[in-house]
Amino acid sequence: MAEQGPLLALRGVAKAFGGVSAVQDITFDVQAGESVGLVGPNGAGKTTLFNCVCGQLKNDRGSIEFEGRSLRGLPTYKRARMGIGRTYQRAEVFADMTVRDHLMVAERARSRTGRLWKDLCNMSRPTDEECEKVEGTMELVGLSELADTPVSALGLGHCRLVELARALAGEPRLLLADEPSSGLDEHETADLAAVLRIIQRDRGTAVLLVEHDLGIVAEVVDRAVVMDLGNKIAEGTFAEVMEDPMVRHAYLGQSV
Amino acid sequence: MEQFLGFAVPGIPYGCTYALVAVALVLTYRATGVFNFAFAAQAYVAALLFTALIQSAHFSEWLAFVIAVVVVSPLLGLAFDRLLFSRIPNSNNMAKLVTSISLLVGIPALMQVFIPQNYYAPPSIVFNPNTVYFTLAGAPFNGLDMSAIVFTALVLFAMGVMMRLTPLGLQMRGAVESRRLVQLDGVNAGGVVAVAWVISSFLAGFAGILLAPNFGQVQAQPFLTLMVAAIAAAACAAFRSMAVAAVAAVLIGVATFTLQGYLPTQSFLFTSILPSLPFLVLVGALLFHPGMRKLEQATDPLASVDPPLPPLAAAVRTPAMGRVISVLWYVVLGLFIVSMLTWMPRDWESVLNQGLAFSTLFLSITLITGMGGQLSLAQAGLAGVGAFTAAQLANHLGIPMMAGMLVGAAFAAAVAVLLAVLSLRLRGLGLALMTLGAALVFDNIIQSSQTLGGGSGGLGPMNNVDWGSPFGLLNPNGHALFLATFSVLVVVTVAILMIRRGTVGRLLGATRGSETAAAGIGINLTWQRILIFALSGAVAGIGGTLLVIQQGVANPQQFNYVFSLAFVVIVVTTGVTTVEGAIQGAFGYVIIQKLLGYAPAQFANLTFVLFAFGALTYAQHPEGILEFQKRRSMQRFEPLFERLFPGSQPDAGSQGEPLIAGGLSEEAVRG
Repeated sequence: MAEQGPLLALRGVAKAFGGVSAVQDITFDVQAGESVGLVGPNGAGKTTLFNCVCGQLKNDRGSIEFEGRSLRGLPTYKRARMGIGRTYQRAEVFADMTVRDHLMVAERARSRTGRLWKDLCNMSRPTDEECEKVEGTMELVGLSELADTPVSALGLGHCRLVELARALAGEPRLLLADEPSSGLDEHETADLAAVLRIIQRDRGTAVLLVEHDLGIVAEVVDRAVVMDLGNKIAEGTFAEVMEDPMVRHAYLGQSV
Repeated sequence: MEQFLGFAVPGIPYGCTYALVAVALVLTYRATGVFNFAFAAQAYVAALLFTALIQSAHFSEWLAFVIAVVVVSPLLGLAFDRLLFSRIPNSNNMAKLVTSISLLVGIPALMQVFIPQNYYAPPSIVFNPNTVYFTLAGAPFNGLDMSAIVFTALVLFAMGVMMRLTPLGLQMRGAVESRRLVQLDGVNAGGVVAVAWVISSFLAGFAGILLAPNFGQVQAQPFLTLMVAAIAAAACAAFRSMAVAAVAAVLIGVATFTLQGYLPTQSFLFTSILPSLPFLVLVGALLFHPGMRKLEQATDPLASVDPPLPPLAAAVRTPAMGRVISVLWYVVLGLFIVSMLTWMPRDWESVLNQGLAFSTLFLSITLITGMGGQLSLAQAGLAGVGAFTAAQLANHLGIPMMAGMLVGAAFAAAVAVLLAVLSLRLRGLGLALMTLGAALVFDNIIQSSQTLGGGSGGLGPMNNVDWGSPFGLLNPNGHALFLATFSVLVVVTVAILMIRRGTVGRLLGATRGSETAAAGIGINLTWQRILIFALSGAVAGIGGTLLVIQQGVANPQQFNYVFSLAFVVIVVTTGVTTVEGAIQGAFGYVIIQKLLGYAPAQFANLTFVLFAFGALTYAQHPEGILEFQKRRSMQRFEPLFERLFPGSQPDAGSQGEPLIAGGLSEEAVRG
């Protein structure tokens, strides 16, 4: 059953803050290994929807299923362990750690092999296998040269890559990327798009991408979902949704 | 009904003084984002100055009042703001907390150095304390009560008018969001914040002189109690509404007096629970008031312009220097052991033994604050839980203290876990207050219970108790105590270093860095919190037991909540992020205490003054002043090392800050 059905299924998800409905009745699927763009103007409710999927917010109505299992009531960390990785709109890095430490932490958090007694018996040193994995991930996102730099010394662009690498180290089956290109220059954005394509192609990771830069969306996604003011207004291939009059209206306003 | 009112009504004047401080707390918290524990100290300073001016300098009451309450108290608040709090970025909650706690610890100690005399209670202002002005429900209202009620009402009314009818209130709300941001909007945020400090400090000073006449002598202790009641009242208002805080304060006063009237004087409830009432209210508010649970950490939208913390000195020095330093450390350690076993005088050996015990206790702060990123004000209390468990086992079952220590550690860990579970939703200030409440409840129970705490003399003496030298091989009259304490400290230190290097340390580091992201990669924050509390509680329990073994008696006073505050201040001064910070803090503490023993009695409290003033640098140097000095001297010596060991490169992980050091050294080499 779970293999046949969608990886992530949202059914009528709604979330309100006081009187403001941030997300209203959103329904769409993400298939395993698929890359979906979630686009829309500022305030459309994209990040709120992400927070509902990750468990940082509780959706008021509707259901969210991951691999056929309802996520209702599960805390964030359990959803992460099920295979939902994420990057943040405002970069969330661990200030006093190096890039390598970030990935090692994520690897340990994923494998859940850490035990207090192992620490006390000095059995917690990174294994060769772990080091190899971490190196591989850093190689993939292009952070190898900065491996031992504390993130406090990195610029925003690199911090975004650290976040992405950290999420990938958790070997997610679904990656939620929240505006990964903001703060990056053109060249870095192109590299980022390449990384997203590689993880989708080689690792079979499904990607749900929130992005303002429509160029990278066009390049990366198989399908796009467009939101405006908390509602889903269009769904289809990127070219299709961009032709949609509602979408053009939302993006460009009355005059078009 | 008559009886109820008879009990309840005398609580009103007390409640009024609580209300003044509660309003001051809410005002500064809302306007400046600072939760000022030091209002208790300011109230004490005002009362002491008022009394001293009248009794020693023979000033008139009014002149003394003007100097103490209208001039000095607001100036003190202004000084706090200008010199300390205005320099702390609004998002640095830990620095704000630590600074206000060090003022609370340091100022009364400093006053005792300058004004060592004991003063009798000052007169009450305006109203005559010996005149009964009216009776309500059979309760007489004398001048003291009249002063408290009338002046509190007047002052709070004036406050209310000012806050509602002037634009100041709006500007204050802006300033609490981000002082730097409203400044960009053209508001003189510094000025608004300064006004808030002046007003609230005036209120605290006023409360001080209203409260002082109720006690025989002017001492710091009643003002700390006043503070706790005020915190509880402010918590009932979720630090938002001044009116709610004022009403809650009066109710706390009334409830205390009512219960005092009804409860049998010899009962456990009367002796233990009644003095804890304000703390129980505080804990209740923290647990059940939705506003307190959601007490947001103040975040500054402009926080990202602050520079990141520099890396630890140990992480960035050249390998050659690292080697030399570690060799030096081993030499010092070897000299210390040899000295202790050979020529060290007995009294100094005992002082240094205490240093070892305190080191262990302080390491519990390294664990919870340095590694866990949470400020706990209950560490002395947890140490007490461990110590009294071991002492009771030794007294009643004859179990050696060293074995009892393990049981005590386990019990302290269990209590800490309970505390962690209760405070899972709290963070920062909320958690600090919760742990403070727990420490106070522990104090009141252990101090008042003859069975549990041994009364005022404490449990003991422990000298005749087998403290458990391994298999009786060591001669207790020799250096066995040193060897045992030293071994325990070594084991604890190594364990902490291993944990820090291991998975648990990494996961804690991630949680400290960003809770959101930590949860997002699958770290169970709840479990992390419980684990670090348990570890810290166990280490505190071990430290407490070692202390009791050292001193030969388990006295509740050793684990007073004031020590919980002082210990945090000490460890933060020397460095809360490193193991050596805790150890250096402990030895600094015991050695300075010992040296001050040779000075006149009034200087006994100077230790706390020294450390408190050291902790005031926390905002500038959160890594601790020792760590800061280490980095600075390292940068100075680096050129020398470059010359001695040419080609030695900085360690891995050094591309950030150390570039400065490297750059300097290169220049120096060329020059």
